[in-house]
Amino acid sequence: MSNKLNSYTSGPDEHGHFGIFGGRFVAETLMPLILSLEKAYEEARADPDFARELAQYQAHYVGRPSPLYYAERLTEAVRAGAGEGKGAKIYLKREELNHTGSHKVNNVLGQIMLARRMGKTRIIAETGAGQHGVATATLCARFGLKCVVYMGAVDATRQKPNVFRMEMLGAEVRPVQAGARTLKDAMNEALRDWVTNVADTFYCIGTVAGPHPYPAMVRDFQSVIGREVREQVLAQEGRLPDSLVACIGGGSNAMGLFHPFLDEQSVEIFGVEAAGHGLSSGEHAASIAGGRPGVLHGNRTYLLMDDDGQITEAHSISAGLDYPGIGPEHAWLHETGRVTYLSATDDEAVAAFRQLSLLEGIIPALESSHALARAADLAAQRPRDHLMVVNLSGRGDKDIDMIAERLNAAKREGEAE
Amino acid sequence: MSRIDRRFAALRAEGRAALVTYITAGDPDFDTSLAALRSLPEAGADIIELGMPFTDPMADGPAIQLAAQRALKGGQTLARTLALVRAFREGDADTPIILMGYYNPIYIYGVDRFLADAKEAGVDGFIVVDLPPEEDEELCLPALRAGLAFIRLATPTTDDARLPTVLANTRGFVYYVSITGVTGTAVPDFEAVAAQVARIKRHTDLPVAVGFGVRSGAHAAAIARGADGVVVGSAIVGALASSLDAEGHATARTVPAVHALVRELAEGVRSVAKQNA
Repeated sequence: MSNKLNSYTSGPDEHGHFGIFGGRFVAETLMPLILSLEKAYEEARADPDFARELAQYQAHYVGRPSPLYYAERLTEAVRAGAGEGKGAKIYLKREELNHTGSHKVNNVLGQIMLARRMGKTRIIAETGAGQHGVATATLCARFGLKCVVYMGAVDATRQKPNVFRMEMLGAEVRPVQAGARTLKDAMNEALRDWVTNVADTFYCIGTVAGPHPYPAMVRDFQSVIGREVREQVLAQEGRLPDSLVACIGGGSNAMGLFHPFLDEQSVEIFGVEAAGHGLSSGEHAASIAGGRPGVLHGNRTYLLMDDDGQITEAHSISAGLDYPGIGPEHAWLHETGRVTYLSATDDEAVAAFRQLSLLEGIIPALESSHALARAADLAAQRPRDHLMVVNLSGRGDKDIDMIAERLNAAKREGEAE
Repeated sequence: MSRIDRRFAALRAEGRAALVTYITAGDPDFDTSLAALRSLPEAGADIIELGMPFTDPMADGPAIQLAAQRALKGGQTLARTLALVRAFREGDADTPIILMGYYNPIYIYGVDRFLADAKEAGVDGFIVVDLPPEEDEELCLPALRAGLAFIRLATPTTDDARLPTVLANTRGFVYYVSITGVTGTAVPDFEAVAAQVARIKRHTDLPVAVGFGVRSGAHAAAIARGADGVVVGSAIVGALASSLDAEGHATARTVPAVHALVRELAEGVRSVAKQNA
């Protein structure tokens, strides 16, 4: 289905469509709110003061630019297991070094500045792994805004350190008991809050999904990642990278890295979905590999569902990827063939998590570990002069309890045999 | 003239507002749901909204969320919801039925096939919560071309500048959502609602029904004074839920519980004489 376009960066259209994907599928109560958000965002985008203020906070509060780091020992390890002359040079974009520990803060900073412009005083957010919730709670503390974070009750248990962090930052964390009690249900509950508190509340969506203008707006705020990579790789290598790899839940770290390179036809681009227990097990979160186009949470995109159009539960060891959908622009990039979507299982992600920790002294988030798992395979098949950039979207401190538990369980099983 | 238009015209002649009652299709099982559906007109319902269960009802409060979960657990699908309407129509050719829900199950069923099957089953119109006027090409316009009504929600956030957009492709009636919020969670300010209905009526000749938060005969009467119809959902679904056994199965009290509340609501609506005749 690869029909080459002149540009992959002109979307969305005025109705928020990327091909057939995207749109504004929300209740009437929310329509006037998203229309006014769209208008406010257009005005802010055109305002040099907004850009200046954003750059100021990116530099001095978030700590941007984040480094582009040549992962020498990871590259060597890949080369050791690869064929003659194979093994791409792997760079890591160090988004885990941002304040709050992930790429999420890039988007939250932009949205909170917009909320302030719009005179909103109360911020709501949904969160899966808690990284978006922590970033939102952080910026709300910084600007003195009231903050309510919805988090599936299952996620609140498996990511407890992040619940404490949010509370420490003054946010109210509301565990959601509905449905499977994960990210999808948290998003439903945030939408219910927004429809109830229309006057003072700004909904800070954490990924490149939801009704227009969110997918485009969040992408724009995250695109600082790709713009920096472009400058950094030119400075370090004197040329553009040959490939990009990023993990995909909703897909905001990936969109941020990919977007500035979409029109560079020489750059191969790979998104990595969470395959959970394996695509054939039915227990995964790979919407593109295992789903089909449908409508949920304000947009048309690839979703996991049954034959009746009922949304099914996603599964991933990584709470941040545990969502049965994907951003609509990714759905479109998949259908146009510009980006190749792969997947990595829980086990592969855990192995990559351990490998990076041991080889580079960097503990990656389980989310980012999915990208690392596929990057190693892809790098092994490519020549040594191939430059690959992997988005290290978050740090893994939040995941160490779960990894420890898993390794101990595996050890016990081994002893029993 | 459609069944919906005929029903509103008859009620106008009678000088009273319509009682529009909501239950979720298949809650808690197909047979109980059919029995409850059949009891509604006899108890005094004038128009029926039948909920199409969905896993992610973003605009609904806890009562209707749980009803959808019960129905899905009981094996309800969109095809079975259409079968429910077909079975109801065997005994009732006059009471308008409006299917209410979310777009994804319809999209997956296939819009053209859905409209054909719904029409054949005896459905009169649709309320699809997550299809605002901006997405009219999806289902609203095809439904109108098929001769089926599309009932739009107007809300407190729909200002005078936006109302014409909302009303443009609306047929059957306008559903005014009396609160900002999800279904069944707050009681509206009745005076404010009457003023809002009057505002909408300045923009349209369609009947205006009011819902979200109507729980009793007294509430129904208060709304009926200023509106052409009163919509009740969560309270009825809640009455049904409280009649279920510990496992969530229907009991001998289930259909009577629905019937009793609808009768009370009908008396409330009928207690208000209107000048429209």
